[in-house]
Amino acid sequence: MSAKFETRDIVIPGDLIYEGRIRLGENTYREEDNVFATSIGLVNYGRERVSVIALEGGYTPLVGDLVIGKVINIELGQWRVEIGGAKDAILTTNDAIDKPYRTNLDLTRILDIGDTIVAKIVDLDRNRTPILSILGRDLGRIHEGFIHKITPSKIPRLIGKKGSMINMILRETRCHITIGQNGLILINCRLREDEELVVKVVNKIEAEAHTSGLTSRIQEYLKKIKEERKQ
Amino acid sequence: MSKTKKKSSRKKWTRVDGRKVDELRPITIETGVIPNADGSAYIEMGRNKIVAGVYGPREMHPKRLSKPNRGVLRCRYHMASFSVDPRRSPAPSRRDSEISMVMTDAIAPALFLERYPRSVIDVYIEIIQADGGTRCASINAAAVALADAGIPMKDLVASCAAGKYDKKIILDLGDYEDKQGDSDVPIAYLPKLNEVTLLQMEGKMTQKETEKAIEMAIEGCKQVYEIQKEALKKKYGMVDEAATAEEETPEEPIEEEQKPEEENKK
Repeated sequence: MSAKFETRDIVIPGDLIYEGRIRLGENTYREEDNVFATSIGLVNYGRERVSVIALEGGYTPLVGDLVIGKVINIELGQWRVEIGGAKDAILTTNDAIDKPYRTNLDLTRILDIGDTIVAKIVDLDRNRTPILSILGRDLGRIHEGFIHKITPSKIPRLIGKKGSMINMILRETRCHITIGQNGLILINCRLREDEELVVKVVNKIEAEAHTSGLTSRIQEYLKKIKEERKQ
Repeated sequence: MSKTKKKSSRKKWTRVDGRKVDELRPITIETGVIPNADGSAYIEMGRNKIVAGVYGPREMHPKRLSKPNRGVLRCRYHMASFSVDPRRSPAPSRRDSEISMVMTDAIAPALFLERYPRSVIDVYIEIIQADGGTRCASINAAAVALADAGIPMKDLVASCAAGKYDKKIILDLGDYEDKQGDSDVPIAYLPKLNEVTLLQMEGKMTQKETEKAIEMAIEGCKQVYEIQKEALKKKYGMVDEAATAEEETPEEPIEEEQKPEEENKK
């Protein structure tokens, strides 16, 4: 019944993180009353629960996630969308248009192959294939801006507690930023300079995601760059 | 006196490259070398130079090869044409497909493939320079690349060979020892779970010698594991060092930390 590390220590797959019975959190597994880590990350000993906050990792789709994806195929009454998970997602016509389906409908006029979309995961089918919807505000085809990619496991850090980090960045840069849970970020600013600034900041957050006191550090960093620019 | 000393040193048995019997070649591992891959690693094990890239879990093509109940691990071992002397055909050979298969079997027990039905995890291994024991070095690189990709693993896979050369059991055979020696036993090992996932043998050895070689190879794997561990932590250690360096020189950070507080007070 003992912890083998301290909270926020870096662990790697196979590290014994707890001896004894305890509830399992994310990125852990049990073998004969011993708890091991399955990913590289920071170990977290909570109340009767042990988990590992992953530093690297692919995207695991969950219902309710906002994702950015690319239309890769048009099938019978549906589109196939690549969102970077283990499975390509499906977008059906009744999740794409808000009117009755007609057989003479031309799917390419709504979304064509190669289009990039912002969509919401509304369901996972029995094969765990994500089902998307583009009905709703700010969803659908992307017309402007550009996409920046980071590790999906670091998206929560970019958003911050109750959106503290992203709200701070939005306030400081006055850009439109849409964060897809799958690691893609849509950035759209008036000035090219601002867009470059956002990319710099996002990269810094990705590199230092595992350190504490990040929000205030990023705020300082933003201010410093802005002052430099004024001069 | 000096002559006799020289004679005695000549008589003393040493390995081709002057290593001890149970000494590994120097190993360096670097992670994140391929920006477009989900995870990657570069290993130098002696004069072996190998790059491993990991992609996935992702949709499998062709779809008929996917499994409905679990994911598939697909390894591709490939030697560059210039990796050996004389130049070798870049087309995949029988040897390449064999090593691809044994690597898949060596690594798969460390993964939770049942979590990814109908998907595939691709591991591509490219040998840039070969110097004996490439399959072991490849497994080491692949394991680090998989961890770097954030794919859940039960344990890292460490791998190392032992063999018989000049009537002695030695660890981590180089190219010359491999070719001129009597026998070679590559092993892949899960250090924390204490499981052997790859055991091959080439050549002739007695039962006792084989047992000794396996034991020695497992000890070698444990040393490799420590190096793999360090390589994975290094990527995040850099930033930690920078943070501690800031703490050590407290002049600037303190000012920075105080500023926001003052602003809040105002």
